[in-house]
Amino acid sequence: MKTKFSNIDEIMDLLPALPGQLTGIQETLIANLIMLSEIPAPTFQEAARVKLLLQRMDECGLHNVSTDEAGNGVGIIQGKNPKRNILLVAHADSVYSEKADHTLSVRADEIIGPGVADNSLGMAALATLPSILDMLDIELDANLILLGSTKGLGRGNLDGLRFFMENNRIPFEAGICVEGEKLGRLSYTAEGMFRGLITCKLPEELEWQRAGQNSAIIALNDVINRILEIPIPRRPRTSIVLGAIRGGKSFNVMATQSSLRFEVRSQNSEIVQSIRERIDSIIADVASPHNADIEFSVVSSREPGGIDVGHPLVKSCRQVMEKLGVQPTIRPSMSEVSELIARGLPAVALGLTEASNLHDLNETIRIKPIYTGLAQLLAVLLAIDGGFCNEPE
Amino acid sequence: MNLNDWIKNNTIHHSQFWDIKKLVEEKEKQDLKISLCLPTLNEEKTIGKEIVMFKSELMDRYPLLDEIAVIDSGSSDSTCEIAKTFGADVYLSADILPQYGEKKGKGENLWKAVYELTGDIIVYVDADIKNIHPRFAYGLVAPLIYRPEVHYVKAFYDRPLAFSQGIRPSGGGRVTEILTRPLFSLFFPDLTGLIQPLSGEYAVRREVLDKIPFPIGYGVETSHLIDVYEKWGMEAIAQVDLDQRVHRNQETRDLGKMAFGILRTFLYRAEALGVIGKLPELSTMLRQFQASDETFEQVAYEIVEEERQPMIELPEYREKFGIE
Repeated sequence: MKTKFSNIDEIMDLLPALPGQLTGIQETLIANLIMLSEIPAPTFQEAARVKLLLQRMDECGLHNVSTDEAGNGVGIIQGKNPKRNILLVAHADSVYSEKADHTLSVRADEIIGPGVADNSLGMAALATLPSILDMLDIELDANLILLGSTKGLGRGNLDGLRFFMENNRIPFEAGICVEGEKLGRLSYTAEGMFRGLITCKLPEELEWQRAGQNSAIIALNDVINRILEIPIPRRPRTSIVLGAIRGGKSFNVMATQSSLRFEVRSQNSEIVQSIRERIDSIIADVASPHNADIEFSVVSSREPGGIDVGHPLVKSCRQVMEKLGVQPTIRPSMSEVSELIARGLPAVALGLTEASNLHDLNETIRIKPIYTGLAQLLAVLLAIDGGFCNEPE
Repeated sequence: MNLNDWIKNNTIHHSQFWDIKKLVEEKEKQDLKISLCLPTLNEEKTIGKEIVMFKSELMDRYPLLDEIAVIDSGSSDSTCEIAKTFGADVYLSADILPQYGEKKGKGENLWKAVYELTGDIIVYVDADIKNIHPRFAYGLVAPLIYRPEVHYVKAFYDRPLAFSQGIRPSGGGRVTEILTRPLFSLFFPDLTGLIQPLSGEYAVRREVLDKIPFPIGYGVETSHLIDVYEKWGMEAIAQVDLDQRVHRNQETRDLGKMAFGILRTFLYRAEALGVIGKLPELSTMLRQFQASDETFEQVAYEIVEEERQPMIELPEYREKFGIE
């Protein structure tokens, strides 16, 4: 395939035929997907999955195949110009416990299993990309750094990618974060965010006179009611999501422990900070009347930011999607792309296929759209490599 | 032959064969052709994954397998369609050697594979394995490539999830432990060296496969082991530990049918070899119970263990493979 382009339109001309050509990589991609996905990789325990990724990179002859102190797996496809570098990231961790049955089921048109979309498919795309470039005879001008990042989700707080970005000395031109779902996803901004955990504990000794009037659930309920009273502005767009609640043991036993996991997002970092302070004071208020030990901790946080909608990288992505007949879904991201953006690197997150039952044990991806997703990824990569995604000097 | 020595020398863990590149080099040096046969009947949930995995890893990445074929007994689900989608050669068992008629059973598919497939080695892998991995094929083929005296390699699966002491119980499934192993202990004690004699995964040289008969049903594995042992001795058999195998569990009643078929095959084999005396005519009916409220009734199943003659006796086979 031609790899030297004088303008982005020449890349666009290749696009209609590309998904069809990419079906030639089906077995390699799906086999990589199965093998990566069937290795459990809950956040902080990604080592075995990363090891397989590195083995694949090694087999494909990548350079500098290695892991770092944070457990990230990295390999480099060398380009013709040693001074130029593009980063391609997929997070290696998943939300499933290692005890879950990670077996995938492959049907004619879909693949089912925990984490197959988020983010085994992203990892598989990373592992298969060297074979794709090889198959299409593509040699890039820039070095392509493939990174399977660890500690991305929940309490991981993007620590793996953060470590990599803080400690590598490679000057990147741009970054692409690859996610399994969904095709059309286009993220180039990040909202300000924090994720909080509130735990509520009551003394173990039962006070029978007060049974029914007090419990860790009632105390937490008070906290929730107070959080819901916090005024939320429409602009800048802000939200509080109460994500998960746990507590108690059985029908008739006074609950001595409860917990709430929630997320606060806003386009404005000051609002995020003020909500955080409000929650601090709510906790202090509620703890005393319930004689409860209530703790509030911030599990992870992000700063808001992003690149402009008119940035050539964003424009190129939209152009590629349009040519492939993919409707872009523009959404701010809390994932890897937010970390790259926060460091001033032009970056986007792209999805590869259609998915359903996300984060359930029967998470499902559709096979056919993957080739459109890969064509999109490849075209954006070629556009960056061709220098068509740089802002004018 | 000392059985303990055989167990020590001929029981191998698949991890010994991790270097697939080296294995392929050795295969090419010997100019061997290897075929993978997946016998199927309604396996749409697992077949696609098996084919993708073997094709990608053992054909495209490392050219160990020369053909991947599905031999189907007439699935009513989309097994064949999925298998074709992922690039396997799909054959209907009934279409192979149609002049010999069509019999129902896994053994029939395995027998017809000997005619249809072209490999010097055929590796059979059941199509219902959920945790499929390339080791299921290369682990079984490797001893045949590295050790010319080995002709028949059987899989077994042993991976304890947690065990604190040094010694742990090991062995086969329910039918193996309560039927096959006691029978072998009584009549073919050397064959008790096989940890899971009934496992459905094995790799065999063509010159062995075309000289042994194939019971078409449950008894095929038992019959093969007895025949290979009788003709070539224990030295020709090896077993490979493939770690864990996840598959669907069978009901005890279904295992009863399996045990019935195996027992019939075993008895006829033992009779033919003169290990036991002349048998009376054996019934083909297995009777099991079912109950409705306080009423018990017997349900009879006919389980016929027919047998296909050694492939080498077929003129069509001799002609296809140029055997005088």
